[in-house]
Amino acid sequence: MTTVLLVAERDEQGEISQTTLQAVAAANGLTEAQVTIAFAGEAPSSAGSLAAEKVVTLSAIDASDSGIYEQATADVAAFAASMNPDVVMFNKSDFGSIVSARLAFRTDSALAADCIGISNADGAVSVTRPVYGGSALAEFEIRSTPAIVTLRAGAYEPSTETGSPSVEAADSTESVEQRAQVTDTVAEARDGVRLEDANFVVSGGRGLGGPEAFHVLTDLASVLGGAVGASRAACDAGWIDHSHQVGLTGKSVSPDVYIAVGISGASQHMAGCSSSRAIVAINKDSTSNIFKEARFGVVGDWEKILPSFIATVRELKA
Amino acid sequence: MKVRIVVLAKQVPDPETPPSQFKIDESSNSVITPNGVPPVVNGFDLNAVEAALLLKDSDADVEITVLSVGSDFVMDAMKKPLAMGADRLVLVADELLDKLDSSATVKLLAAAIQKDGPFDLILGGRQASDWDQAHVTLGLSEVLGLPLVSLVKKLEINGDSVSLQRLIPDGYQAITAPIPAVLTVTNELGEPRYPNLRGIMQASRKKPEIFSLDDLGLSPEDLTPKLELKKLYVPESNKQVELIEGEDEADSGKKLALRLREEKLI
Ligand SMILES: Cc1cc2nc3c(=O)[nH]c(=O)nc-3n(C[C@H](O)[C@H](O)[C@H](O)COP(=O)(O)OP(=O)(O)OC[C@H]3O[C@@H](n4cnc5c(N)ncnc54)[C@H](O)[C@@H]3O)c2cc1C
Ligand SMILES: Nc1ncnc2c1ncn2[C@@H]1O[C@H](COP(=O)(O)O)[C@@H](O)[C@H]1O
Repeated sequence: MTTVLLVAERDEQGEISQTTLQAVAAANGLTEAQVTIAFAGEAPSSAGSLAAEKVVTLSAIDASDSGIYEQATADVAAFAASMNPDVVMFNKSDFGSIVSARLAFRTDSALAADCIGISNADGAVSVTRPVYGGSALAEFEIRSTPAIVTLRAGAYEPSTETGSPSVEAADSTESVEQRAQVTDTVAEARDGVRLEDANFVVSGGRGLGGPEAFHVLTDLASVLGGAVGASRAACDAGWIDHSHQVGLTGKSVSPDVYIAVGISGASQHMAGCSSSRAIVAINKDSTSNIFKEARFGVVGDWEKILPSFIATVRELKA
Repeated sequence: MKVRIVVLAKQVPDPETPPSQFKIDESSNSVITPNGVPPVVNGFDLNAVEAALLLKDSDADVEITVLSVGSDFVMDAMKKPLAMGADRLVLVADELLDKLDSSATVKLLAAAIQKDGPFDLILGGRQASDWDQAHVTLGLSEVLGLPLVSLVKKLEINGDSVSLQRLIPDGYQAITAPIPAVLTVTNELGEPRYPNLRGIMQASRKKPEIFSLDDLGLSPEDLTPKLELKKLYVPESNKQVELIEGEDEADSGKKLALRLREEKLI
């Protein structure tokens, strides 16, 4: 038997997040898995039919702890100590990255971040994770219990299995002193669809040459009902807010169509978009790496290509 | 009062190595450094150096120590933070230290910090561009029992606390933390400054201070990895791009749209 503690997350609507459903699939893929799913705060009603033995609720994360997660770590650590699982699984989200790392070093356990595969045989857990920005894959065997992992978004298909877990509240834990305090949260206003949820993403890179060109991309995105992304180079240049960055240290997207304009296709960029159904590249350099990753491509200057592309898309959509 | 800052900096293969030149020796599970491409200080760690220098710019009584654990250090690379304006370079150097997992790295860094400290601020990079774990700095805060704030893009010291801006997916959080604290710095802080000639001259005269495993009271057994690397390889890609070619670029744009419609993608 392999006991798994899966620390779940909820989306903006309060529903079980798609990435958590992906983790449920990964957890149930382990041999002889026995899965417990923990929610911070109340579990959404749909948690009652998740493919798991048990659903537990831990105390909620309050806004002053969000991003620091001192209390959240204490709550997860206390529950993990009572359960003594073989594997503790998180998503590679802001929450999952921090709580997993704090938990691992607090309990002197092994930690593997941003995994795209997890398996077990003969009592040993192994993971596969992209390294060197995605240029290589590494397989590790985890040499201590529990094995603490975070999973990359899109690495697994969301679980569609159902079950009838028991749902209960975990014993309440002591409140810890919050040393770092969040005093304010400033969020970028968003109009239209969330980048992570978009079916179409139009991304721009250094090849756009300046901030004005992003208006053209916004125009195309709105015709397609999609969202605008960017490479780190474009964000670092200040042409567009960092919240649009796609990649290893930006957002992970998996739209039907990902259109990369003036982006060279560095491995760290592709790490955020390679699970797209089709990548379309517009780049003036035919030797650019993006053409090794794309399904369709046009070699040329975006300034000459995009206007007729957008006009034709508009006609087709009309 | 003097403010002592330690910046954690790792030597890594240059992450801008083009994918076509990125090669792995599968027998030793390690990256083959392309000829003539020297290693660099991890990019986010230079952002952390810059963060420390910004504090020093506004308060002269700041001392910046750069701390690194590893083997085969290339001084031209490792002295860059000194050339930018950092005061000291401390290296935990031993040939045993070339294949550490994050748990061993944290042990070594914690021991070095305890020996060389106390420090008011411990700054690390957001993540190291070789193994992309983003664990070491977070782990260090747990082991040292200090408050942690990750993904810092702005910071200011006010007496015995720091005011920070922390990057979140759609904006930032304003955070205050008591010092000493452990912070990870992200590139949104701004470009690291270029070393000037004077900085380069000063750096060339400075000698790194070296700690051995013995100095830190650690033995090789303390560094047994919890993650054992079994296999390192470049994934096969069998993608074949379909290039759309029209009479001119405008025509290609049109044809691309029609082709995507044909595939029912739009
Ligand atoms: C640890 C780490 C994490 C990173 N995380 C990320 C990340 O999350 N996201 C990310 O994007 N990057 C990330 N990077 C940076 C990444 O390595 C690249 O530097 C970056 O993606 C390059 O951006 P770019 O493609 O826009 O620019 P460039 O590589 O400069 O490419 C610009 C492209 O535009 C083309 N071009 C120029 N003019 C035109 C024109 N008129 N018409 C058409 N094409 C044109 C050029 O041929 C070129 O291919 C990370 C790097 C590291 C080390
Ligand atoms: N060997 C090392 N020496 C010094 N600092 C390190 C070392 N490894 C990691 N760090 C620091 O920890 C950060 C995160 O590293 P990692 O957890 O490996 O992604 C880096 O950006 C560095 O600031």
